[in-house]
Amino acid sequence: MKRWIAFWNILRKDMRTYYLKPPNVSWGIIFPLAWTGMFFIKSGSGLGSIPTLLPGVVAVSILFGTTSMLAVTVTFEKKNRSFERLLLAPIPLELLMLAKTAGAILFGVANAFVPVAMAAGLADLSTVAWTAFVPAVVLISVASTFLGLFIAVAVSEVFEAQTFSNFFRFPMIFLCGLFFPVAKLPVFLQPLSYVLPLTYGADALHGAVHGGNAMPILNDLAILALFCLLLFSVSLRHIQRRWIL
Amino acid sequence: MNEAIRVDNLAKRFAAVEAVAGISFTVRRGELFGFLGPNGAGKTTTINMLIGLARPDAGTIRIGGIDCGANPRAAQHLIGVVPDDSNLYPELTGFENLCFCAALHGLDKRERQSRAKELLHYFGLAEAGGRKFGGYSKGMKRKLTIAAGIIHQPEILFLDEPTTGIDVASARHLRQLIASLNRAGTTIFLTTHYIEEAERLCHRIAFIVAGRIVRTDAVADLLQPLQGRHRVQIACGAAPEPLRQELPAAFPELEFAFPEPGLIRVAAAGPVRVGPLVRFLEDHGAEVAEARRLQPSLEDVFVQVTGIETDQMRREKERKGGAP
Ligand SMILES: Nc1ncnc2c1ncn2[C@@H]1O[C@H](COP(=O)(O)OP(=O)(O)O)[C@@H](O)[C@H]1O
Ligand SMILES: [Mg+2]
Repeated sequence: MKRWIAFWNILRKDMRTYYLKPPNVSWGIIFPLAWTGMFFIKSGSGLGSIPTLLPGVVAVSILFGTTSMLAVTVTFEKKNRSFERLLLAPIPLELLMLAKTAGAILFGVANAFVPVAMAAGLADLSTVAWTAFVPAVVLISVASTFLGLFIAVAVSEVFEAQTFSNFFRFPMIFLCGLFFPVAKLPVFLQPLSYVLPLTYGADALHGAVHGGNAMPILNDLAILALFCLLLFSVSLRHIQRRWIL
Repeated sequence: MNEAIRVDNLAKRFAAVEAVAGISFTVRRGELFGFLGPNGAGKTTTINMLIGLARPDAGTIRIGGIDCGANPRAAQHLIGVVPDDSNLYPELTGFENLCFCAALHGLDKRERQSRAKELLHYFGLAEAGGRKFGGYSKGMKRKLTIAAGIIHQPEILFLDEPTTGIDVASARHLRQLIASLNRAGTTIFLTTHYIEEAERLCHRIAFIVAGRIVRTDAVADLLQPLQGRHRVQIACGAAPEPLRQELPAAFPELEFAFPEPGLIRVAAAGPVRVGPLVRFLEDHGAEVAEARRLQPSLEDVFVQVTGIETDQMRREKERKGGAP
């Protein structure tokens, strides 16, 4: 019970001081809007192309909404030493890091539904398999958040966290089958796609929205879950090894 | 269980620096224990190992009877920590900061708020409680950081240089607060590089120099060997250099020290007769401004035991902008 008081208050403080600030909220809305608009104009194929664009826009929104937050909630607090306060709280490190990442996960899920809401006004989404779509969104959000965590704990400056996350994020837009299938990538790049978690998330989203998945959705989700576990445990080990000097 | 903290052969090295070189000590329950040493002696490194923010290379730590060997964070429910840096959240108010720290220790909402109000009042911050921590003065920040360290009423409190970098009046107030916390039953482990602070506050003191404890004792016992000695300090305008040799020759029963230009310290086993000394000095061209008896102080013990001139520590203190 006491642990959950700590968990909830860490989460609530991050939400209040970082996530629910006007710049963040507006970024969460403008960013997906811009991506949707860009691809919509570029493809020039009218409203009919929305279902094929939606998975990519959802994935990009989650990816950018989550990863950038960890640079602040973790790297920045480590740098100004307030993170030491959290490490002194009598709760397990796992729970502490879940509290520090839960805000980003929720923020990512919320970001995902901005383009969905916009698309719902323009196209018919009645054929979307929500029972696959929602778990995929949640898992992409968790995996991207933990990827952000993985980067945030490995660096000591906020700008480094941002630079490194861009190093991962921008290639992922093109390598993970967000807007065109992995199969259309040059053959030598394809192995790279399959070591990136977003590839599986995007595949599941394509499957859920318009049935265009390359492998069974359950496999996608299972692999994504494995990535989550891996990234989280590696990040935790890093904290234990490097932060508790 | 009478031991709050027990440390055996604790060691920690950072690359080439042996920050803590095998120290052992115990802190009794209810005690106010001081770690006194110059900057870089290894005080913060020791605290960090005790509170679970650093991993020892060797040695054992028991906090409240709990062995912290397997898990450095195992005893964190027993302790409160006031770090050397006021690391609360600048964007939260004083009140919010305290409530947040209380929540980290699992206090429920009603308890958090009443404790926070009580402490803001106790530390004279009631007015400032609604303002953001980022806008506080150094002294206020220090006070709130201490309040945050005790909001969950820990059995054992760690204070890392609590009065460094704040003004004299705030420092005095803080020392009173620390003493009263201890009287109310909290075991306190305090580090400082102010000798006077350690002498006034602590029951027992460990002198730490270059990662080693050179002496641990009760303040009264540390001062004991000096109780029989008589000491006089003479201030005079720039004493001529040859006096350094002539004085000991003329007064063989006295010991002389020249800590800085214009100061002469005299020590002896019996009472020091000032008259002949002053006459001798004036005859030799030194103008005596003042001669006074010195009370035995921890400073003398510290110099004697560690070989570190206290002027050196004082200079560091001034550079850091602090005052005792
Ligand atoms: N993280 C670190 N990396 C390298 N050296 C360190 C680190 N922390 C402390 N040291 C070194 O260890 C020694 C003891 O430092 P510290 O414990 O901070 O001393 P104190 O608190 O007594 O001033 C110093 O020489 C310091 O430079
Ligand atoms: Mg220190």
